[in-house]
Amino acid sequence: MAPAAPRSGEAIFASVEHVNSELFTLTYGAIVRQLLTDLEEVEDVNKQLDQMGYNIGIRLVDEFLAKSNVSKCVDFKETAEVIAKVGFKMFLGITASVTNWDAEGTTCSLILEDNPLVDFVELPDTCQDLYYCNIFSGIIRGALEMVSMKTEVTWVRDMLRGDDAFELKVKLLKQVSEEYPYKDDE
Amino acid sequence: MKQYTNVLDRPISKGKQEVSLSGFAFLFSELVQYNQTQVDNIAELERRLEDAGYAVGTRILELLCHREKGNRRETRLLGILSFVHSTVWKVLFGKVADSLEKGTEHEDEYMISEKELLVNRFISIPKDMGAFNCGAFVAGIVRGVLDNAGFPAVVSAHFVPVDGQQRPRTTILIKFAEEVLQREARLG
Repeated sequence: MAPAAPRSGEAIFASVEHVNSELFTLTYGAIVRQLLTDLEEVEDVNKQLDQMGYNIGIRLVDEFLAKSNVSKCVDFKETAEVIAKVGFKMFLGITASVTNWDAEGTTCSLILEDNPLVDFVELPDTCQDLYYCNIFSGIIRGALEMVSMKTEVTWVRDMLRGDDAFELKVKLLKQVSEEYPYKDDE
Repeated sequence: MKQYTNVLDRPISKGKQEVSLSGFAFLFSELVQYNQTQVDNIAELERRLEDAGYAVGTRILELLCHREKGNRRETRLLGILSFVHSTVWKVLFGKVADSLEKGTEHEDEYMISEKELLVNRFISIPKDMGAFNCGAFVAGIVRGVLDNAGFPAVVSAHFVPVDGQQRPRTTILIKFAEEVLQREARLG
């Protein structure tokens, strides 16, 4: 039987159940506020957001693979395209774009046009070093690690800090080959 | 996207944007899991979830008063309850709450019930956590709305088993402060 064709981000987003993005935005704001109260140091909050994103990412990738029917990506370029066009679309309803490929094809930039996490948000002076959307870097890193790619995800541009867009730099560190759990001759 | 220097100058969205339910479920589960690491007992966990919800409630009241009600305030008890039961629920959870009831035993108690709270849909409570309910987050939202609208109350979430249904119903119990009832009686 031929495998089902991969579904577009739009199609999947239309087929899943939705929830108001304001509930999502306000809940995320409550999380960041709790972290700031508990941890005090902005750098620790950044790390904690990344860790929470990582925890989400490792489980999110299962749902992603189940719903989207994508076939194995040939190279990292295709992976980045799939994250931008299908991944972000099916979970958040937003489209991202991929640009700035480097010569080896291991680093690229993901640009988010709109971002439901930052509606109603502005950073106070005391938190100018906070990467408010750091949960995204963790999610991408966690999800890719589950499909055997070790990556480093950093923020290049952040609209809450005055830039004109949200830009994430995704760098592929190495592709970890899957270990076969059994020895061949046993 | 046009850049605004001040977030207060940006136009308010119409509130029609949506994200996937699973995206929200993942986020909520991280909220609960993070708080589990910060507390020693269930009562504190519930309180922390409630506090998180309180902040959401405060903001949603301000947003909805401006957007949906044209900046008119509710001054009567039934008015604010019906606002929570219909408008707030509709905006946050996509539907009005299943039922709004007045408590029979006490004058100051009201109950909003829901067959399956959105936040509880993908959560199962282990037996050793007893009566813990993640609906405490929603109880916090309700408390935030009521408190900031001038109707201080104690709000909690409870599971109520229902015959013939595998998962229990969730009831948000609202107990108004004495001053609210006195004011309500004065207003006639």
